[in-house]
Amino acid sequence: MKKINNTSEFNDLKRKIEESKSNQKTTITISSGTCGLARGSNHIIKAFQEELKKQRIEDKVELKITGCHGFCEVEPNIVIFPDEIFYQKLEPKDVKEIISETILGHKIIDRLLYTDPQSNQKFIYKKEIPFYKKQKRLLLENNLFVDPTEIEDFLAVEGYTALNKVLTELSPEQVIEIIKKSGLRGRGGAGFPTGRKWEITRKAKIKEKYIICNADEGDPGAYMDRSLLEGNPHSVIEGMIIGAYAIGASKGYIYVRDEYPLAVENVTRAIQQAKEYGFLGENILGSNFDFDIEIYKGAGAFVCGEETALIGSIEGKRGVPRQRPPYPAQKGLFGKPTNINNVETWANVPLIINKGPEWYSKIGTNGSKGTKIFSLVGKINNTGLVEVPMGMTLREIIYEIGGGILGGKEFKAVQTGGPSGGCIPKELLDLPIDFESLTEAGSIMGSGGMIVMDENTCMVDVAKYFLNFLREESCGKCLSCREGTQRMWEIVRDISEGKGKEGDIELLEELAEAVKDASMCGLGQTAANPVLSTLRYFRDEYEAHIKEKKCPAGVCKDLIQYFILEDKCTGCLACIKVCPQEAISGELKKLHIIDQNKCIKCGACVEACRFDAIIIK
Amino acid sequence: MVKLIINNLEVEAQEGWTILETAKFYGLEIPTLCYHEGLTPYGGCRLCLVEIGEGKKSKLVTSCTYPVEEGLIVRTDTKRVIQARRMMIELMLSVAPYSKVIQDLASKFGVTKVRFKPRNEECILCGLCVRMCHEQMDAQAIGFVNRGKDLRITTPFDIRSERCRLCGGCIYICPACQLRCQGPETETALCNACLTIEPTCLDYYDELQCWMYNAGRCGTCVREEPKK
Repeated sequence: MKKINNTSEFNDLKRKIEESKSNQKTTITISSGTCGLARGSNHIIKAFQEELKKQRIEDKVELKITGCHGFCEVEPNIVIFPDEIFYQKLEPKDVKEIISETILGHKIIDRLLYTDPQSNQKFIYKKEIPFYKKQKRLLLENNLFVDPTEIEDFLAVEGYTALNKVLTELSPEQVIEIIKKSGLRGRGGAGFPTGRKWEITRKAKIKEKYIICNADEGDPGAYMDRSLLEGNPHSVIEGMIIGAYAIGASKGYIYVRDEYPLAVENVTRAIQQAKEYGFLGENILGSNFDFDIEIYKGAGAFVCGEETALIGSIEGKRGVPRQRPPYPAQKGLFGKPTNINNVETWANVPLIINKGPEWYSKIGTNGSKGTKIFSLVGKINNTGLVEVPMGMTLREIIYEIGGGILGGKEFKAVQTGGPSGGCIPKELLDLPIDFESLTEAGSIMGSGGMIVMDENTCMVDVAKYFLNFLREESCGKCLSCREGTQRMWEIVRDISEGKGKEGDIELLEELAEAVKDASMCGLGQTAANPVLSTLRYFRDEYEAHIKEKKCPAGVCKDLIQYFILEDKCTGCLACIKVCPQEAISGELKKLHIIDQNKCIKCGACVEACRFDAIIIK
Repeated sequence: MVKLIINNLEVEAQEGWTILETAKFYGLEIPTLCYHEGLTPYGGCRLCLVEIGEGKKSKLVTSCTYPVEEGLIVRTDTKRVIQARRMMIELMLSVAPYSKVIQDLASKFGVTKVRFKPRNEECILCGLCVRMCHEQMDAQAIGFVNRGKDLRITTPFDIRSERCRLCGGCIYICPACQLRCQGPETETALCNACLTIEPTCLDYYDELQCWMYNAGRCGTCVREEPKK
């Protein structure tokens, strides 16, 4: 490919791509991000390739391997264009039928359709499925149309038009003004206004400046940044180039964790392609603006998502946060003014330039504009990435998009904001989600993790899990965070093991407040949230553990016992066969009994019993 | 010069000074542990916390690392500061109860109980030895390894470092292992034998306007609120 040197060449290229894409060819898009690959999308792709070859329709049907479509629960899934027929949970053996029935015969295969778990209704088209229908997929939608290995696919969906517009029509100040007007706030967690951040960095006196894309996503259960980088890397790159132009930076870094091999691969290729096409490098589109991006792979320390620790890590030092001020905008990477934004923030930038700040600021709430991607995981029917306008209520997200709680159980709480976020109880289900409301509820937006928990979840156990994560992932510099998380974990562990005593809750609260107050970086300051928010809404559970030595949800192993109900046990031997401890005795058609001294409370017998005869007390 | 307010006093500081340096210059005492004049500030022990800003937006920062800003409002001994500080001492004490430096701090700040199980580990990871070795001795023989609960200070690969000249600088500067406290009871990790060394202030002031002694250093004033 020849390098594009100016706007007219860019427009020619776009026209050419539009023409080549305009023929209404049947296209099968296969969701093949990391989640899809894990569910075997590779085998589906192979099966499709072979089948198309066999039927000799390779030139009539296009096979597109894309990033994650967002609906991770039903991977591997495909969308057949132009009708947008949605088939889910495919297996290689289904492929032959899809080709012969749907592609050639124009018939719908009923068993591959998505069935709504609540209404049992079947849906043929993607746009009708409630999971997609309720979303506002501004950033994620393009994952459906773009093969991340093909820059031309991205160009076909308005790719790099925002960059072209910025370089030819707008001054850096105007770009910053547009971003400020749009009301875009950082998607990494703190929600600092992006335009203002850019302005501060632009106004810094030192000429050499850097920008960084923070893709060090480490929250358990959160993967929206991965999906964007895997599925549509050019959108992030375009955002970064625009940002660099506005700020006056000549070098950018993408700090991505090494645990995301596909994201690293796709971004690396995308940068290479952007360079070949002249969107990166020297004299971009003939505008005398030079900019280059380098990838820096992180080693997977959670704390390196904190901006100053991330800068330290790129500089080759220990990933330890340092005192702000001076802020990175004044003195950042290698001592130069540096602007750090999250993957999702960068991806929003081209959108705002293309559609205008007025359009963008109409989406969302007063204080929080635009959409936010959440990774909806846990005990929910429709696991996946959901993109919704700010201000949507939790109820809408969980029940309408998420399809309700798995197995028809009762909703208990949703944990937002990753390990340093908090748990929101069912009384607050109608809470509109934005930066302020979440903080008020004792949680944080974080990068957008949303872990749904049902009635069988013990909140003490949840707090213990997150504290354990934090005590391992704290950098260890501040005594308050290192020792504080360790001690909080010890107290909560003791409570969950039935060793809790009077005064533990008060001590926990006092310690949590001190950790929150005394720590330096965002990790430490929010490290107490798992404790504080569970104490705030589920204090009675802590009390039950301490005073009655009981775990109401039946999770904490030291506080529960398994029993076999006399009237329900049929004596089928099923539980005896699965018990790894040989703790269950009994004969065929006679009552079985669990030896409490041998039982390790693994729960295998409960799963094996078909008569609900085993209960937890 | 930068003008700022510390404990309602209008003071001037030189550009580039930290809050701690400014406070020291004016004779206001802020307790420190991981701070040393000859080394770069680290901000690990969280003892030198002060409250900056006013109202809802006020927050605690370590004065040893926070640079002075024009118009900054600093309060060195508010209730919030002292509560956090006491918790830090309690945490340190539970790790290294045999350190006299920490036991003395506990006495001075009225830490009368340790509610965490003593670990007797000695090292509180203040990083003084590491900075001493790097900055003053130019040896770089020791450093931090790992993170979080596994953080520790050691030589590279846990073997005798070739760069170590056995100068003893690290031992000299260590607040935890050099001076030993013989008093602590294993049950409580607390000695408090030195508690009576300094006279205790009997007055109560709300936001610490105590000018009798080093403002609020003893912390008595916020220890127990008198019943009205």
